[in-house]
Amino acid sequence: MVRLDFRILHVKDKLMAVKKTYVVLSSKGGVGKSTLSSLLAFYAAERGASAGLVDLDFTNPSTHIVLGVDPREVRYVEEKGIFPALVGKLRYVTPAAFTRDSPLPLRGENVSRALFELISILRLDGLDYLFIDTPPGMSDEHMDIVYRLGEVVKPVVVTTPSPLSVSSVRKMISLLRESGLREIFLVENMGGGGLADVFKEPGITYLGYVPFYPGFDNCIGSLENVRRCPLRSFFESIVDKLVSEG
Amino acid sequence: MVHEWSLAEALLRYVASVYGPRIKTLKLRVGVLQSIDKEVLLFSIRELAGLYNVSLGDVVLEDEEAVFKCNRCGYEWSFNPGDLGEEVRESIHFLPEAVFAYTRCPRCGSRDFKVVKGRGLEVAEVVPG
Repeated sequence: MVRLDFRILHVKDKLMAVKKTYVVLSSKGGVGKSTLSSLLAFYAAERGASAGLVDLDFTNPSTHIVLGVDPREVRYVEEKGIFPALVGKLRYVTPAAFTRDSPLPLRGENVSRALFELISILRLDGLDYLFIDTPPGMSDEHMDIVYRLGEVVKPVVVTTPSPLSVSSVRKMISLLRESGLREIFLVENMGGGGLADVFKEPGITYLGYVPFYPGFDNCIGSLENVRRCPLRSFFESIVDKLVSEG
Repeated sequence: MVHEWSLAEALLRYVASVYGPRIKTLKLRVGVLQSIDKEVLLFSIRELAGLYNVSLGDVVLEDEEAVFKCNRCGYEWSFNPGDLGEEVRESIHFLPEAVFAYTRCPRCGSRDFKVVKGRGLEVAEVVPG
């Protein structure tokens, strides 16, 4: 009897067809991964790129909250797979649409199965930039992405200037390097640019920073809020760097 | 064409890559949890075999009952997605793990259970040649 996950090659094909796939990671919680992945993807799309966002935080998806999308209203068009929903110009997929935003408790192997199932049925045709949001930590989603899909994705590691966060992501970066990922992008969130020197190392590209802003909750929750966010230029500067990298 | 096509695409891609372009028998288990339309799946497999230049002999599809086991109290039960509403069934069709959002152990009420069998499409046997 053979028990095989036959989806892996197909998933790789799908991601290879996208010009660039960025997986937004951080081993530390609360550093702004979901906000960053949502806003980078949304602003990239607003600037005319064909951009998508897939939320792979199965047990606690939150990108829909950032974008002000009611997951109960999301409908995917089905045609030889499923097309992401359109949010403004952004092509968007959240697992919350399949759970109607109910709690989804998953043990490890179920996370892996869900990850490969979801990507394997997605229609990503014509996408230039795909951003993948992930949960905090270094667990199932990360292991699958790093060890099985590492050759077709580019990691964007997020950290705040807090020593707790910096120490934590250093371990993650070390693991990413160990697994053969030679090109690692880094974003400093809620900071002032000080980490540019801290992470000045071969193989790490510092993409920029987003400053701390006490009114940040007004930057999320609806597309209007996202469009009018006073920090937009900081995110767009990061988008520019990603778009221009080779 | 529904998403059985993408399942068939993944399957053909894998089978051709691992076993080569000549397959005598392809035996698949179709777990009932995912409510896969077997007729559409079979049609998609045959169509894609032509597109991918895979010579495909017999394709055998076997239904597999969905069985869950509670990690808390050990209770094991058979799950019938037909008992669910259309919208929920469709969500589980796309993402079988969504079942954890809609189902609890009938004995103790826990959501901590495992899918013992019958999740979705699986390769049971491939005979090249």
